[in-house]
Amino acid sequence: MALKKLGTLIQKEVSLEWRQRYALNGMLLYIVSTIFICYLNFNLRQNVLTPVVWNTLFWIILMFTAVNTIGKSFAQERQGRLLYFYTVTSPVEIILSKIIYNTFLMLILSLTGFVFYIYVMGNPIGNVALFTAAIVLGSMGFASTLTIVSAIAAKADGNAALMAILSFPLIIPMLLVVVKLAKNAMDDLDVSVSMDEIWVLLSIDAIVMALSLVLFPYIWRS
Amino acid sequence: MKLSWWKILTLVILTYVLIMGLAGEVPRQAILNETVRNLYFHVTMWFGMVIFLLISLVYAIRYLSSNDIVYDDKSAEFVNIGVLYGIIGFVTGALWGNFTWGSPLPKDPKILSAAIAMLAYFAYLVLRSAFEDEQKRARITSVYNIFAFVIFNVLIFILPRMTDTLHPGQGGNPGFSIYDNDNIMKPVFYPAVIGWTLLGVWIATLRIRLKIVNRTLTNQ
Repeated sequence: MALKKLGTLIQKEVSLEWRQRYALNGMLLYIVSTIFICYLNFNLRQNVLTPVVWNTLFWIILMFTAVNTIGKSFAQERQGRLLYFYTVTSPVEIILSKIIYNTFLMLILSLTGFVFYIYVMGNPIGNVALFTAAIVLGSMGFASTLTIVSAIAAKADGNAALMAILSFPLIIPMLLVVVKLAKNAMDDLDVSVSMDEIWVLLSIDAIVMALSLVLFPYIWRS
Repeated sequence: MKLSWWKILTLVILTYVLIMGLAGEVPRQAILNETVRNLYFHVTMWFGMVIFLLISLVYAIRYLSSNDIVYDDKSAEFVNIGVLYGIIGFVTGALWGNFTWGSPLPKDPKILSAAIAMLAYFAYLVLRSAFEDEQKRARITSVYNIFAFVIFNVLIFILPRMTDTLHPGQGGNPGFSIYDNDNIMKPVFYPAVIGWTLLGVWIATLRIRLKIVNRTLTNQ
């Protein structure tokens, strides 16, 4: 029953998105143009792009994309619709559906961004599978952290600057680990070296997810 | 003026700490020299900060479970005093680092994690100013407070894995006690931790009372 409700909620998010195609198209354009600017400034002129810069640049682009994309996820809900949800479903289902939907959205955006990034900026990655795993884990982490922050920011009238201020400190630890993991993948280190980072990432994801589920009902009630 | 016993204790301890800290006997160590006295002032600030942030977290949780606005006042004021102690900790640390590590801001995971934690709590304070309605502000910021504290703790576990720290007692460095081979610093250091923490609690309680008085006045 709960699962079915969850499915319906996710379906609602998808169809809402499909009707406007705002986030997907807008953010795809955002990520592609950012990468293109990086290409113009780094690669076109001379090869100043060291692997460390390559990696950091990619994750910074992803982070800003995530903040901008997921920042919208609660701001776009109208007051009346929220009130309607309030009567038919529980807050845990709402936040869970949003997290799942945002994870999918982030996965699409970051994987597309990744392909385009490799295309224009060159591919210095040793272990592409591990790097992709880092992207997947990172997208999950970004989505779960930013969804709850977006709910908080939306309560403060969806102030965009507030979204950035609130999310950066919370996302930095995750970003540090994921950049390290991605660097390991680039250097083609053995997977056993990176297991530590993978576990840390998974546990941060789990902690944030659990906290979101517990705390979202308090945010929602107001 | 009537002071309760712990306020008198604070005054006594801090007088003792100031006198012993500035004029008392300290171990002679290479490089550290007289800067070792900063132990009583720098390290105690971080102890105080962590304690205040923990108290603030407890009040945030109690607010969420009771909706009593007074808990939110307490939570916010303990963040304020925690941030103040954090800033003083930075300044005293920069002073110390300048003389011992050759730079006021060396690359060090402890400094980084403290800086990020400060950012999170600054964000908390900014968030507080974004609301008009008291109950709404209390509820939303309590939630953010819990997140900030959890992330702060995660950071403490993560960052030491990234780079080695210069601070004693971690990353293969010996603990601070090796510098204090005659145990002459401990009798000052432990009271200093208690004293500075009590002073912070004192400041926080004054501000909390002021807030409650203000609210009662405006509600009349």
